[in-house]
Amino acid sequence: MAELDDIENKFVRQEIEEYVENAGERQHMIDLFAGKRPAMQDVAAGVIDGRHHDVDSMTRAALDEGTSAIEVMDDGLIAGMAIVGIKFRENFIFVPEVLACARAMKAGMAHIEPILSASGIEPTGRVIMGTVKGDLHDIGKNLCIMMLRGAGFEVVDLGVDTSPDDFIDAFEEHEAPLVGMSALLTTTMPNMGKTIEAFIDADLRDDVKFMVGGAPVTPDFADDMGADGYGANAVECVELAKRLSAAGETADT
Amino acid sequence: MSKLLERIAAGETLISDGATGTYLQANGLEAGGCPEEFNLLHPEVVQQMARDYFDAGSDMVETNSFGGSRYMLKKYDYGDRVEEFNRLGAEHARAAAPEGRFVLGSIGPTGEFLEPNGTATEDVMHEVFVEQVRGLAAGGADAVCIETMIDFDETALAIRAVKETTELPVIATMTFDKGPRGYFTMMGLTPQAAAEKLTEAGADVVGSNCGVGIEQMIEIITAMRNATDKPILTHVNAGIPRIEKGVVVYPHTPDHMAEQMIRMVEAGANIVGGCCGTSPKHVRAFVQAIRG
Repeated sequence: MAELDDIENKFVRQEIEEYVENAGERQHMIDLFAGKRPAMQDVAAGVIDGRHHDVDSMTRAALDEGTSAIEVMDDGLIAGMAIVGIKFRENFIFVPEVLACARAMKAGMAHIEPILSASGIEPTGRVIMGTVKGDLHDIGKNLCIMMLRGAGFEVVDLGVDTSPDDFIDAFEEHEAPLVGMSALLTTTMPNMGKTIEAFIDADLRDDVKFMVGGAPVTPDFADDMGADGYGANAVECVELAKRLSAAGETADT
Repeated sequence: MSKLLERIAAGETLISDGATGTYLQANGLEAGGCPEEFNLLHPEVVQQMARDYFDAGSDMVETNSFGGSRYMLKKYDYGDRVEEFNRLGAEHARAAAPEGRFVLGSIGPTGEFLEPNGTATEDVMHEVFVEQVRGLAAGGADAVCIETMIDFDETALAIRAVKETTELPVIATMTFDKGPRGYFTMMGLTPQAAAEKLTEAGADVVGSNCGVGIEQMIEIITAMRNATDKPILTHVNAGIPRIEKGVVVYPHTPDHMAEQMIRMVEAGANIVGGCCGTSPKHVRAFVQAIRG
């Protein structure tokens, strides 16, 4: 079993030591970094520290030196964002810091994405995200999108005030098996359930998983409307998306 | 000193109003509709709301202008009518206000992030607040209540806009969530730090509104009381809403909230009122509990 000292990058080691308190989660983080190329650990450290210029140049340098795009993404950018997600969930960092990390991640992904799409490599998953009809609030949804992209998901962003038909059109166009809906207003929350009903009426409900979130949304409300999962924040959104994507694949095979 | 601040300084506990959005939704505001549009199209509803709260015993009523910034109104294609909508909001509350009661000009978040977190520049956001403040002052507001804020820098710009544009007292309240390590704004400020920073930024009254139930709010106000000598205002939700049979239900009853409001005053609040889910009934119960 890998240990903390097996991670060469001192900053990454300290971050895990200081912020990842749960034993199982800590081992998982150690395994993400231990034995990986030092240059990849440096990229991860840049993401964790929100240094977008550094991540930009380090990613480009790693690719120039022949490291594969997948390796830079998985061992550098996504590994870094995993630590960021834990720190955010545990209140060690907040939205401004997460946004800085997301900017760093994005600077790296700008080099990775063209390579991946040219080589036909599938993303972690494909998600459609939108704030439901009547609701113009998008801060929470946008945070989720940044974190999803940080975790390697391809995201179709439908923006705000998204009608059930808009969700269905996007689902048919992009064939994304996962739909995320957000609402800030108690008055627009019921439109989440209406969107799910529209998928049922269109005979598409079995082809898609719904995840929901937003300040007034609760796990009970998510159950009542028939959603497949609820996320309290952007980190939970990513965990949920991974779980629902995996569940979808199992169901397919 | 303004009459409002004088009465607090004299040791009075003042009662504010209850929810605006909840009231308007019960009186014809569509899900996702523009609340401030009611100032223009349904003045009778907005005035009746203020009258209902004053009748219930509110010492002050907030204007229907929470989303009255240019950033918010332009989402409904009303970006060029900011001063008018805010002025009307203040006029409607004023028209319903008996002698000696107050009108608080409500300013909510712009919904934008300042650079580098978002795209809004300080100059533009400041200008947006100035525009809204002008309308509220022109309509006869006695004070400005900047509320539901999650970003201190944005709040500070709004406070500055009021101070530079008018002589009106400024109330500034922020919204906190309870996380694994305590209460924080979305941007990471604790209630203690918020109380200190709002005081430094020149707010005449500081406080917290929305976000949590009343038991949690008492903890927040206790923390803020230890960090500032300024008067404290709180507008509290009727709990965290849940959906029952497709209808939004707020769990706190007027009686429950009123009992807790006594503890809130003991914790150091000088002005108490309701936020989302509260009604004139809640206000009536607050008045009875606090004034006897």
